[in-house]
Amino acid sequence: MSSVHDTAGRLPAEPEKATLEGRNKILGFWLFLAAEVVLFGTLFASFITLRNQVPEGPTADELFKLSTVAISTFILLTSSLTSVLGTISLHRHNLSGLLGWMTVTVLLGLAFLGLEVYEFVEYVHEGHQFTSSAFATSFYTLVGFHGAHVLFGVLWITTLILQAFRKGLTVVTAPKFYVAGLYWHFIDVVWVFIFTIVYLMGKVG
Amino acid sequence: MAHSHAVKRYSGIMDWLTTVDHKKIGILYLAAGALFFILGGIEALLIRLQLLYPNQDLFVGETFNQLLTMHGTTMIFLAAMPLVFGFMNAVVPLQIGARDVAFPFVNALGFWLFFLGGVLLNLSWFLGGAPDAGWTAYPPLASSQFSGTGVDFYVLGLQISGIGSLIGAINFLVTIINMRAPGMSFMRMPLFTWTSFVTSTLILFAFPALTVGLVELMFDRIFGGAFYEVAKGGNVVLWQHLFWIFGHPEVYILVLPAFGIISEVVSTFSKKRLFGYSSMVFATVLIGFLAFMTWVHHMFTTGLGPIANAIFSVATMAIAIPTGVKIFNWLFTMWGGQIRFTTANLWAVGFIPSFVIGGMTGVMLAAPPADYQYHDTYFVVGHFHYVIVGGVVFGLFAGAYYWWPKMFGRLLNETLGKWHFWTFFIGFHLTFFPQHFLGLMGMPRRVFTYLPNQGLDEGNFISSIGAFLMGVGTLVFLVNIVVSASKKYAASADPWDGRTLEWSISSPAPEYNFAQTPLVRGLDALWKEKMAGNKGMTPAEPLGPIHMPSPSIMPLVMSIGLFIAGFGFMYHQYVLCVIGIGITFVCMLLRSIFDDHGWHIEKEELEKKGAEA
Repeated sequence: MSSVHDTAGRLPAEPEKATLEGRNKILGFWLFLAAEVVLFGTLFASFITLRNQVPEGPTADELFKLSTVAISTFILLTSSLTSVLGTISLHRHNLSGLLGWMTVTVLLGLAFLGLEVYEFVEYVHEGHQFTSSAFATSFYTLVGFHGAHVLFGVLWITTLILQAFRKGLTVVTAPKFYVAGLYWHFIDVVWVFIFTIVYLMGKVG
Repeated sequence: MAHSHAVKRYSGIMDWLTTVDHKKIGILYLAAGALFFILGGIEALLIRLQLLYPNQDLFVGETFNQLLTMHGTTMIFLAAMPLVFGFMNAVVPLQIGARDVAFPFVNALGFWLFFLGGVLLNLSWFLGGAPDAGWTAYPPLASSQFSGTGVDFYVLGLQISGIGSLIGAINFLVTIINMRAPGMSFMRMPLFTWTSFVTSTLILFAFPALTVGLVELMFDRIFGGAFYEVAKGGNVVLWQHLFWIFGHPEVYILVLPAFGIISEVVSTFSKKRLFGYSSMVFATVLIGFLAFMTWVHHMFTTGLGPIANAIFSVATMAIAIPTGVKIFNWLFTMWGGQIRFTTANLWAVGFIPSFVIGGMTGVMLAAPPADYQYHDTYFVVGHFHYVIVGGVVFGLFAGAYYWWPKMFGRLLNETLGKWHFWTFFIGFHLTFFPQHFLGLMGMPRRVFTYLPNQGLDEGNFISSIGAFLMGVGTLVFLVNIVVSASKKYAASADPWDGRTLEWSISSPAPEYNFAQTPLVRGLDALWKEKMAGNKGMTPAEPLGPIHMPSPSIMPLVMSIGLFIAGFGFMYHQYVLCVIGIGITFVCMLLRSIFDDHGWHIEKEELEKKGAEA
């Protein structure tokens, strides 16, 4: 039952799994993430196929500066930590803790996006445009898809935070925060692979 | 407990546009699938008309290419897929004793995305020409250099309907995992539910590969990307891999639910429990697993080398083993049974030899040296039509006759059904059996004509006659639907002496499916109760108010948003893209902000209905 009546006083220990709707949402979201794994796996496969095909324009080695990317990585991995702290607050029924940590997560996500936009603008100035080579097209598609996921996550979590101000922590809002946390971890894991395969292998591979 | 949530309930056309009821969505899927099946069938008849005699010039060159591309694309994505989804929607929740699917709203969204994607694709006929690069759309042929705007319609139409299929699959996986009735363990699930489960898993892992392939082709065509642009370092073989990593599982996505339907029908009309139930489940899962190991057999002539070809050849042949297990299980189910040759069972019995022929030519094609001879000839066309028509379409027709009373409350006419079966069955073999020989004699597929007196005249003539006979069969089926709809005769709850849970409730199924969730005590749950001398299922809960989801127009609006965005991409009107995707996102936001409390069917109402029945 999707009743919200029991939110008045006692919230169950794991509020996100208290209702069938909540359990359905969490399982459905795990399955969605499985599809996302295939989606990014396919994008990685395309990138690996094409990453050395640079008839024109700068190569990966000439282009990438690991210092910027290292900062991005540090920011995004930290945001994963803050989203976990948010989920822990959720389990402790600590609404202000949840909202605080999720706000930090959103801010770190925005910082990551700002750096990514700055990075892309730099690359375009150096002649690395979407249409210039197969390497460039597959690079912007893969990293851009990840960036779009971060942007969606930032917008999504923001709407959840605003909702929770009005609705509080209930068996309806708890699963939403829980799956948003799962999503945020997922895009972090994808970034770890991007950092390794795109940037590190671009420098040394 | 008071349930005061007032929910607006619609009637007439608004009811269909806003429904989140899986049974109504199932009917929508069937209706839309039938519409596209007829469109694709007309395209097939035009193709066969052009090939009736040598050297004809009815549909030449580009027009013929458009016809064959749209025939293939429509039949796979817009006819077979939704018809499969239609039966899954109509039957799976009933078979597992569930009141609803896990995500009714998402279910409706999946339908509307599929439908508007299909409409978008077919609008290409009126807006500069249909796609003409084959249903596989290989670059460089499908690049903007060699193909017109039709391929843009292909890319965006399939992208939108593909998202619909993906979310539909997630919905069914969660429904089957989380919402089974008490006692309905995995190894007690009817085989159609099992095959729907495995098919949904395949959709989950196969469709994202198509999504990425279509994104890449779209980026190349619309934004000047270089994925498949060889001059800029692109790689056209990449598309072939992505397409077939999706495309081969797609065959099993379609045929596994047909296997499930055949299993239900053969068992019911033999009055026996399905022979080798656990081996049937195991074979289904194994076919699903091997489906992802065989995509390169579509690319033997691409030149990946002997090692790749050998591995994929062996993996492909291995699929014949679990499929053979299934064939023998059906035969042994019939063995010693009290067989009734109803129309549904005729389709099932006709399915078995037809599908075996398709499977056998499949093993022939799996041998790379032989495939070098068969590749891109009519032998391949004959092979896959035996699998898709002799397998999937026969299965779907069996399902239609079998579940029609449960979906619509009326039986289809058996006499007309038999006319339908025999015209279609004979027409099918006349059409596609000669195509094997045409192919062996060297007739290439996708070519709009052939020369006289090369031994190809008779085969093509017979093939075209057969195609028209299949058209006649389909017309008989349509007449049957009209006749059935015009009769007042109501079907009983259990017209076939059924074995599974869907036959324990009235026909058509009530909005809430089960007034009380049933207690399942074994495989073939209803049959078990019948054999124990019980009138129906034992309830697992007392009668109480039933919670129902609210209807919503938002799934349709969200799909229209993506439909508008699709046009924006095609004509480089990016304002339209922003508006269209904006509409979809705003709907998502509203859906998140405003909780759907649903509404309740009260206990008194259920008791009243129970007394009437």
